[in-house]
Amino acid sequence: VKRGWKWLIPAAALPVLLLLAYGFKVNHRDIPSPLVDRPAAKFTLTSYAGEPMSLEAQRGKVVVLNFWASWCYPACYEEAPVLERGWRAFKERGVVVMGVDIQDKAEAGKKFINDFSLTFPNALDPTGRVSVEYGVYGVPETFFIDAKGHIRAKHVGAVTEEVFRRQVERLLAEQG
Amino acid sequence: MIPELGYGVVIVAMLLALYGGVASVVSARTGRTALLESAQHAAIGVFALVTCAMLLLVYAFLTFDFSVRYVAMNTNLATPYYYRITALWGALEGSIILWAWMVALYTLIIIIRHRHNAREFYPWVLAVMFGVLTFFLLVMTIPAPPFERLTPIPANGRGLNPLLEDSGMITHPVALYLGFTGFTVPFAFAIAALATGRVGDRWITLTRRWTVVAWYFLSLGLLIGGWWSYHVLGWGGYWAWDPVENAAFMPWLTGTAFLHSVMIQERRRMLKLWNIGLVIMTFSLTLFGTFLTRSGVIASVHAFSQGSIGAFFLAFLGTVVLGSLWLLAWRWEDLGAEGELDSVVSRESAFLLNNVLLVAATFTVFFGTVFPLLSEAVRGVKVSVGAPFFNQVNVPLFLSLVVLMGVGPLIAWRRASAENLRRNFVWPVVIGLAAAAIIFALGVRSTLAVFSLAVTAFVSACIGVDFLRATRARLRVGEGIFPAMGGLLVRQNRRYGGFVIHLGILIIVVGITGSQAWSVQREATLQKGQAVELAGYKFQFDALSARENGNHFLVESTFKVTNGGAATRELRPAKKFYPQEQSPIAHVDYHLGWVDDLYMVLGDFARDGSQATVKVQVNRMVSWIWFGGLILTFGTILAILPDRKKPA
Repeated sequence: VKRGWKWLIPAAALPVLLLLAYGFKVNHRDIPSPLVDRPAAKFTLTSYAGEPMSLEAQRGKVVVLNFWASWCYPACYEEAPVLERGWRAFKERGVVVMGVDIQDKAEAGKKFINDFSLTFPNALDPTGRVSVEYGVYGVPETFFIDAKGHIRAKHVGAVTEEVFRRQVERLLAEQG
Repeated sequence: MIPELGYGVVIVAMLLALYGGVASVVSARTGRTALLESAQHAAIGVFALVTCAMLLLVYAFLTFDFSVRYVAMNTNLATPYYYRITALWGALEGSIILWAWMVALYTLIIIIRHRHNAREFYPWVLAVMFGVLTFFLLVMTIPAPPFERLTPIPANGRGLNPLLEDSGMITHPVALYLGFTGFTVPFAFAIAALATGRVGDRWITLTRRWTVVAWYFLSLGLLIGGWWSYHVLGWGGYWAWDPVENAAFMPWLTGTAFLHSVMIQERRRMLKLWNIGLVIMTFSLTLFGTFLTRSGVIASVHAFSQGSIGAFFLAFLGTVVLGSLWLLAWRWEDLGAEGELDSVVSRESAFLLNNVLLVAATFTVFFGTVFPLLSEAVRGVKVSVGAPFFNQVNVPLFLSLVVLMGVGPLIAWRRASAENLRRNFVWPVVIGLAAAAIIFALGVRSTLAVFSLAVTAFVSACIGVDFLRATRARLRVGEGIFPAMGGLLVRQNRRYGGFVIHLGILIIVVGITGSQAWSVQREATLQKGQAVELAGYKFQFDALSARENGNHFLVESTFKVTNGGAATRELRPAKKFYPQEQSPIAHVDYHLGWVDDLYMVLGDFARDGSQATVKVQVNRMVSWIWFGGLILTFGTILAILPDRKKPA
């Protein structure tokens, strides 16, 4: 019996390793926001195309509201194509992607939109009021808003294909 | 071009390291020396290739080659050239290159030093080094490639994190990694000892200097990290028990335990199992630290990044821990002690107690660090463990360790007689008590501070008594006083090197005690011309100016500091606005002194320069911590001097 005990030494390390592996499941980017499940704040901005861009006008649609900046490298550069693809894939199904460019210069913002050939509406937030109302503390941050105008999820950091699809499909499914 | 070239170099290096590892193992099992020589050549090749990869990356940095993603992420056109070189280890991918390079360098030194004097272990040692190298090179090819190409090529890069634009950041990672990688060598020897069954003290004698050097660099890395935190981050402290600080501290604790416990094995043939266990633990903890910083498993201010790299590190950590513990269990019967503990009052038991305390401290730090994870896994509740927990548990442990620092080196081996105790400890105890009385008389009422300083005095007296007695013995045989002292330091360099290191630690303890007990701070909003008073100093707000300053915009305030009207000093705390950062970075201004550090951080300010909010601190005795580091350096150099007497 005594000889067998020694194998408990390596075995004892297993639970610790398993605990560390569990850490991968924890998502530190899923920042709990007090705004989740609250009505999204209204705003109206003028888009880079010169048209009014407001949340109110999109009631009844699922809105992906993305806060970005041209100086936010690399995360905003990574997610821009993802957002554009998502917008093209889902716009027929009642999904709108809106970009709010914060703390930025208009020329730089325009160049960013041209570089990535973004076709969804984007607007500069010249006073920073919108980003303050949404409690944005770093770019990029993305809010997923359901058809009733409630914020349902907040994502910090670059949006990935998988996150975009999962959140949007969930909100579309609820609509039925 | 550089991305492809660099990537190619890394892949060839990885394959070569893999080959070297296999060749070493085969030669260890078959005794074929030709294979072993081939493995040595592979090691030289790996070193050359990794050096080449590192130089390529430096070249890409110097020429602003933004087609390399890592370069674009960590520099921009305004980054000064020296930070472009050190940006090499400013983030994840580059730090892995540096790491691999150091392991390759150490492998080379092993070949030079131990090719002939450690024949029995040598092939296995090489195999372990190659295994570690292969892993780091694998990380450089798949989860964290430093040579990833970026398309489209941006016109300008993002720039180095402004907090890292500091001389401390140039040296801190290098020292820390030298320490981390340094422990690979004793680990490799321990594994070789297990593999060959030669678990006597030969592997320990061979790796003593390696361990001391690795331990020293780790200490230095921690101290420089504290210095950086102190003079850059602006919160006025040097240690915050952040998970990543803890991750670097844990291998330091077990490494310290190992440095002491090997002395018992050398002297009394005890603790074989324990020593191998400590080395395995130390090396695993260095990997655990790397895993923590790079996996994003635990939220921390230091966290580098996320991605698949965490899984790679966990897999490697698992392999190392399970593999080495399996070897340990397999050799279990050979690891029994040949000597026994004769008495509780002996040097052995003082050292044992030292080890128990150090390992206990390691466990509490480990527990506190992973507790948030445990809580989330078991109860689904997010919690954070902060400084109060760590302080409460560790301060008593550390103070006991300081006491042992005085007792351990002086108490007799095997069984201490009453005569031995009286001869060595009467004076130190008297001096310790006297110190306590004096400190109390000076008006110090914090029990912890009085106790801590009294203990420091006791240990210093122990060291002094021993040194004086040894010097007197040499004087009696007719040596002059200075030759006698110098001769002691050089001839018994190991013992007195250790004493000097202990002195360094004591000085650090005084610094920590003083800064924790007597530092004061306050915040104030001042109109131009107004002043705030703190601890006898008057800080008067004189001016606020703004200007472009290299790669950032600087808003600088000017304060006149007077102390009872006598000395006048000017401090200029500022705020730096970097285009690539959203929020400004505080630039701390300070004046260091042996007793008082004046320390100012600029908070809010009025745009017209009429008003400023500042945090003012008078930090006590912090400089002793940095000075202690200097003494530590002298002690280490003394301890690793080549032995004077050639062993017969």
